[in-house]
Amino acid sequence: MRNIPLSALVGLIITAGFFLAAIFAPWIAPYPLGAAVGGVWKAASASHWLGTDGIGRDVLSRMIWGGRTTIWIATVATILSFGTGATLGFVAAVMGGWVDQTISRFVDLVMSIPSLIFALVVLTVIPPSITVLILVMGFLDATRPFRVARAVAVDITVMDYVEAARLRGEGQLWIIFREVLPNALSPLVAEMGLRFIFQVLLLSTLSFLGLGVQPPLTDWGGIVKENKDGLVYGVTAALYPAVAIASLAISVNLVADWILNRTTSLKGGRGG
Amino acid sequence: MAETLLQIRNLRIEATAYPPGEPPQDIVIVDDVSLTLEKGRVLGLIGESGAGKSTIGLSALAYGRGGVRITGGEILLNGRDLRKLRPAGMRAARGREVTYVAQSAAAAFNPAKRLIDQVIETTLQHGLMPRTAAEMRAVELFAKLGLPDPETFGKRYPHQVSGGQLQRAMTAMALCPAPDLVIFDEPTTALDVTTQIDVLAAIKEAIADTGVGALYITHDLAVVAQVSDDIMVLRGGKTVEYGPVRQIIEAPQQDYTRALVSVRGIEHEEKTPTAEPVLSVKGVTARYSGTRFDVLRDISVDLSPGQTLAVVGESGSGKSTLARVITGLLPPSQGEIVVAGRQLSPDLKSRTREDLRELQMIYQMADTAMNPRHTVGTIIGRPLEFYFGLKGAARRKRVQELLDEIEMSEGYIDRYPAELSGGQKQRVCIARALAAKPKMIICDEVTSALDPLVADGILKLLLNLQKIEQVAYLFITHDLATVRAIADSIAVMYQGEVVRYGTKSEVLAPPFDDYTDLLLSSVPEMKLGWLEEVIAHRKMESAGH
Repeated sequence: MRNIPLSALVGLIITAGFFLAAIFAPWIAPYPLGAAVGGVWKAASASHWLGTDGIGRDVLSRMIWGGRTTIWIATVATILSFGTGATLGFVAAVMGGWVDQTISRFVDLVMSIPSLIFALVVLTVIPPSITVLILVMGFLDATRPFRVARAVAVDITVMDYVEAARLRGEGQLWIIFREVLPNALSPLVAEMGLRFIFQVLLLSTLSFLGLGVQPPLTDWGGIVKENKDGLVYGVTAALYPAVAIASLAISVNLVADWILNRTTSLKGGRGG
Repeated sequence: MAETLLQIRNLRIEATAYPPGEPPQDIVIVDDVSLTLEKGRVLGLIGESGAGKSTIGLSALAYGRGGVRITGGEILLNGRDLRKLRPAGMRAARGREVTYVAQSAAAAFNPAKRLIDQVIETTLQHGLMPRTAAEMRAVELFAKLGLPDPETFGKRYPHQVSGGQLQRAMTAMALCPAPDLVIFDEPTTALDVTTQIDVLAAIKEAIADTGVGALYITHDLAVVAQVSDDIMVLRGGKTVEYGPVRQIIEAPQQDYTRALVSVRGIEHEEKTPTAEPVLSVKGVTARYSGTRFDVLRDISVDLSPGQTLAVVGESGSGKSTLARVITGLLPPSQGEIVVAGRQLSPDLKSRTREDLRELQMIYQMADTAMNPRHTVGTIIGRPLEFYFGLKGAARRKRVQELLDEIEMSEGYIDRYPAELSGGQKQRVCIARALAAKPKMIICDEVTSALDPLVADGILKLLLNLQKIEQVAYLFITHDLATVRAIADSIAVMYQGEVVRYGTKSEVLAPPFDDYTDLLLSSVPEMKLGWLEEVIAHRKMESAGH
């Protein structure tokens, strides 16, 4: 952990801040999620640091609680999409032949439909709960990690050490997880940072459209939706989620870049 | 006293290394090297990889490749210090006074342009002569370099001519602007021996005819002895020995030079084949799927236990394909593979673990043959665990024993491949193959990517291990010197067929068939005047026919 570049340090601190706030929301948030504790659309003050919303709820508290929902759903969905996408990508690359063709063409099919529209259709039919949201977001987004993982793995499977493993008689699982995966990790980590942010954006979009997280729970997209009318009167409550999403996006990617730099070096990097 | 063309005084070249996790360090690539080259003479620069020979060669162009900086000394070309020239002055000198011939002609030519346009490009760029005159000069040079149909040769594209022809075309390109100095950077290293000798003869003749001075860079002392007047031996960026070619070859002063001259001095007593071979390839014919061409035709060879069968041939002769067939990566269309009396399934997937264990493989490029994310302990330990179920401390102990056998005793077990030298990497690959306790190992050009002295060490190790472990080697190589050093039997392959096969003494004794004769006589010998002898001999023979 020595010699962390400044950019990574900043990214690390901000990202950690967001995640800690999410985890410890019940202790940090000054007010409960749904309680009306002040006047309507009050400006920032000592008791309400970010002011209050249209029905007198504390915006800071809602931001913290909303961030908890957003980060939780996005994290689980990212893990799900990477788990399935990368595994399928490696399987396709290592097995080749008809297995590769079947999976790849199916993924092409899914990718040909814009994922927002796909999600909207699915969520209109199935009533959105958090589990459904995670599943839909995770599987729809698995197509991207699949493409990256497959492309990287195809280059690795032609290396002599993979041939050596095959000649030794190793099974596909060893080849995928011990020969290919460690060498494919750095591009995947970089992609993961990016996809996490896209998950945050997708979730916020869905919530803004009313198909995401349902009241009484809320998330950052939901807070924008609730407070968008206030913008007309100069109330800035709707802008805070945007700031939060932007700073989370930048800081996560600063960290991802740093990890990428560390692991691409075969000499010094032990991260793989 | 001839006129001095190039004089380098106390040259110092540095580069900056960026070790991860550490501050950048300046490393010295060339340290205090001085040399003098007179007009019309050839100076050979020789050394192993990392010796700084190419860097010195490029410095005569006042060029440093990839962040390399010339930090001290003088480079006087025709009396002017190149280091003091402005960029415009350097551009005027490059391509006019000094030109460059690169190692890989195939990578250096633009595949989208005709050869003639590329050959005369420099000449036109400098406005040395009008286009028609330049084209005529190029045609003359093509003829001088022995290229077929010199009139129309330039009309072809790079992919339409062979590697040896392309290398000669690049020599023509370098000679076309009538420079004073040409830098040849390993011009024949990537070529087959039978092609190398022609290119070498053509280059030598062209240098003599045009009276150009040359720096000839190579790692092969036998090659440089044929073309140079003087030789400079380099090691780690420093001059080891510098003198006339006769003195270097016949009376080397330094230990390092002596080692280079006597390389491949391995003595190996030939063993007679036994009745029951450990590997028997019977009538194998193979082709790659989707093609209509048989890469291998009716190959039959035997390998006796504890002995070495060398498979020799040029690139494209099918020798590596033979290895793929034996290992099961390419099932043959006809014929069978018998290992230790058991007929092996043609397809890798249906072979038993025991079949796989008996037959191990060592690759040419040790770099790509080891997973860069595994430690040496994992790389060697995995076959132990996989075949023998060794785990934990027992496994580590056995890995250490194997490391002792390959003479890498202390402190290597937890290193990563990137922390090893080229020779050490190949040793680890050998240990990995031995870990399986195989009856035979296929060695696919295992020394081709290594420097001569390192390669020598690997061959000695292999011979030694053969004595201890009684393992048989199928040794695939294009290098006849290696074959002489270690083989018991030899199979010469040409265009997918075995043209000559028998014990070493049979194969290397006359009468030869045409191809074997060509192959044997093309291997450069470490003596002066060898090239002339061979060329004269060949001319006499073709005149006699």
